[in-house]
Amino acid sequence: MSAGLAASPAADPTAGATVAAGAPARAPRGRRQRRFAAVVGKRLLHLLIVLLLVTFASFAITDLLPGDAAATVAGENATPEQIAAVRTELGLDRPMIVRYFDWLGGVLTGDLGNSFRTGQPVTEALAQRIPVSFEIAVVAQILALLVAIPLAVYSAYRPGKLIDRSSMAIGFGAAAMPHFILGMVLILLFAGGLSSILPATGFVGFFDDPLGNLKSIILPCLTLMLGEAAVYRQLLRSDMISTLQEDFILMARSKGLSPRRILFRHALRPSSFSLITLAGVNMGRLLGGAIVVEVMFAIPGLGQMVAQAVYDRDYLMLQGGILVIAVSYVVINALIDLLYAALDPRVRRRG
Amino acid sequence: MTSIDAGPADQRRDTRPPAAGSAQTTAPGATATRPLLEVDQLRVHFATPAGLVRAVDGVSLSVRAGEVLGVVGESGSGKTVMSRRAMGLVGPGTTTRLSGTVRYDGTEISALPPAELSKLWGSEMAMILQDPMTSLNPVKRVGEQIGESLRRHLGLDRAAAHQRAVQLLRSVGLSEPERRVRQYPHELSGGMRQRVTIAIALSCDPRLLFADEPTTALDVTVQAQILELLARQQAEHRMAMMIVTHDLRVVRGHTDRVVVMYAGKVVEAAPTRTLFAAPRMPYTEALMNAVPPLTGSNHAVLRVIPGRPPNLLAPPPGCAFAPRCASAQERCLTEMPPLRSAADLAGASPGGSAAGAPAGGPAPAIAGTPDDHVYRCWYPVGTEAGDEARRTNIERGHTAAGTPILAEAV
Ligand SMILES: Nc1ncnc2c1ncn2[C@@H]1O[C@H](COP(=O)(O)OP(=O)(O)OP(=O)(O)O)[C@@H](O)[C@H]1O
Ligand code: SF4
Ligand SMILES: [Mg+2]
Repeated sequence: MSAGLAASPAADPTAGATVAAGAPARAPRGRRQRRFAAVVGKRLLHLLIVLLLVTFASFAITDLLPGDAAATVAGENATPEQIAAVRTELGLDRPMIVRYFDWLGGVLTGDLGNSFRTGQPVTEALAQRIPVSFEIAVVAQILALLVAIPLAVYSAYRPGKLIDRSSMAIGFGAAAMPHFILGMVLILLFAGGLSSILPATGFVGFFDDPLGNLKSIILPCLTLMLGEAAVYRQLLRSDMISTLQEDFILMARSKGLSPRRILFRHALRPSSFSLITLAGVNMGRLLGGAIVVEVMFAIPGLGQMVAQAVYDRDYLMLQGGILVIAVSYVVINALIDLLYAALDPRVRRRG
Repeated sequence: MTSIDAGPADQRRDTRPPAAGSAQTTAPGATATRPLLEVDQLRVHFATPAGLVRAVDGVSLSVRAGEVLGVVGESGSGKTVMSRRAMGLVGPGTTTRLSGTVRYDGTEISALPPAELSKLWGSEMAMILQDPMTSLNPVKRVGEQIGESLRRHLGLDRAAAHQRAVQLLRSVGLSEPERRVRQYPHELSGGMRQRVTIAIALSCDPRLLFADEPTTALDVTVQAQILELLARQQAEHRMAMMIVTHDLRVVRGHTDRVVVMYAGKVVEAAPTRTLFAAPRMPYTEALMNAVPPLTGSNHAVLRVIPGRPPNLLAPPPGCAFAPRCASAQERCLTEMPPLRSAADLAGASPGGSAAGAPAGGPAPAIAGTPDDHVYRCWYPVGTEAGDEARRTNIERGHTAAGTPILAEAV
């Protein structure tokens, strides 16, 4: 889904060539605005198509899964007649395609249906869970980048030296460890075995208790970010090393600029495109997919909700979760494209 | 510093190469004043999996204040590595072996730590590179790339640096400088970008400019404009310049002195006029006779000399040019010719002393007498020994290295 959007802009040879021909005049304001509108329009159309495909596919797949929502709702001792009655009540006796369009109509009016199991409106469940997952995903990403970027920059500046080697070794260890093992190690270290300065499980809302909130998300965020930081460091380090070979870096050195300025002001930006792409993909993945971590630390997020919905055949709940995940992927990709344009002027004029 | 933003420079354009003028003014005091840049026995060897690459192998040269030195040689002769080492941009590394000294204005900069060196970069010494497409940062505005130097070395604030950048762009002949400072490199043509790199290099009024093939990557028509601009700026700033180039036309029109490099060594050095009047090293002569093709990269130019370029990994014991030299004799294969002064040739009977009396002593130190014509050859062109060597080879149909000789090619 993200392949087309993620194509590296720096690699496009036409970006430099087309404009080098003569003194290019800027497009007049009106034309630029119209072009911008066209770009946004195309984006929205993409979004719509992607959402239709994803939600339809998830509808079809839930339908094909063995198991019966009506049987689950009716309870273990229900008679076939009772189950059939529940099925009619839930509208599950209608063909899948009819139910899909019914759901789609609901989406347009802001009604995503109710959970079969608890009767809770899906929108309400989402409103509770999205902020939780979002907070954890964002904090984990920021932590990963905060750790990875300085390490990568320094490692590229002094490759093969102590910082490079040790961060590479630790990173490989972290990246190779599955989340549930990493999580257990962290729980052992901070929430039980060796010290208990942090809670092992549970989530405290930020507005209820900011400090408690911070404490409750530290371990899940650490679990999520360690492996990612290692991958980010590796990726950015190799892109930085090749950027540092560029003539414009030699030119910057010959101007007498400090290594710090050269690394952070000249080399980092042109080296960051694959990092941004990957961080965006990871962000989307974390929003809906941090299932293991959310279950392990008893975090009431989207991942946990989707996992439970699959287990219960609570298909409207599942649909709601998938809709949110799909939307966030597309939105994140759009944001990444905007970020590309902000970081690389050559992308801007391609529109 | 006001010299470069003074009015339209075209009014003061003159046809004389500025080189000639500055040579005349500096020549009389040459022995009294110390050169601005003195390079002595410079070596840069790279340890590679294939072996030790002797990219620069004992180069000595000097550049006086306000003087233009041309460095010519075939691709791979070590010009780029030499000039970057002279500036200090090539530093010691795990695979880089360095020796020799570089003095700038009397200070031994080859011994300075990087932080000290970088104070000289941009302010005292500056550099422009071959390809303006790659030597500007693609994601930074032109004005910012100029302003950086000004803020670092002259302590200007953002607004002052911006204003100065506009002036600089105007002085290098860019139209609409107020608009250009806000543009990105990809919005400019190749020639415009090279003007920007020149503006950057000149921004803090350096006393020495290293120009590594400043026109090689540009269109032929643009090449002349950029050379003209460089010459004018050099004269206005009274700046010393080392131009590295393949192009003998550039050397002829724009330099005071020339150093010819081959296989990491200086093989001939002389004031430009002397060199063109009487080249002594057969390699220099071959360069001059090589007609540059009108199309294609200038890197192709020197392929006109037949034979393979020298092997830097395992240099032959004798003269590195021997396998391709029409005059090569047995001695050339076994003994490395030292750098010798051509003054000795003129003084004694031509040829005789050059070929017959190598016991006359080692090469003169170039740094002390930069106007000397020196060369590295046992059988120099234009001497009896040289003529005889070539005659011998034509008669036997091949050189001592076994390279066949076609009579009409000589
Ligand atoms: N970092 C390095 N490691 C190993 N070898 C190198 C390195 N840098 C340069 N060399 C080698 O040193 C030799 C001299 O290179 P240099 O770039 O100075 O030649 P040049 O005269 O500038 O040639 P050109 O005209 O192609 O620019 C070449 O053979 C090159 O391959
Ligand atoms: S004559 Fe001998 S020493 Fe002179 S350039 Fe030719 S090979 Fe070298
Ligand atoms: Mg070169």
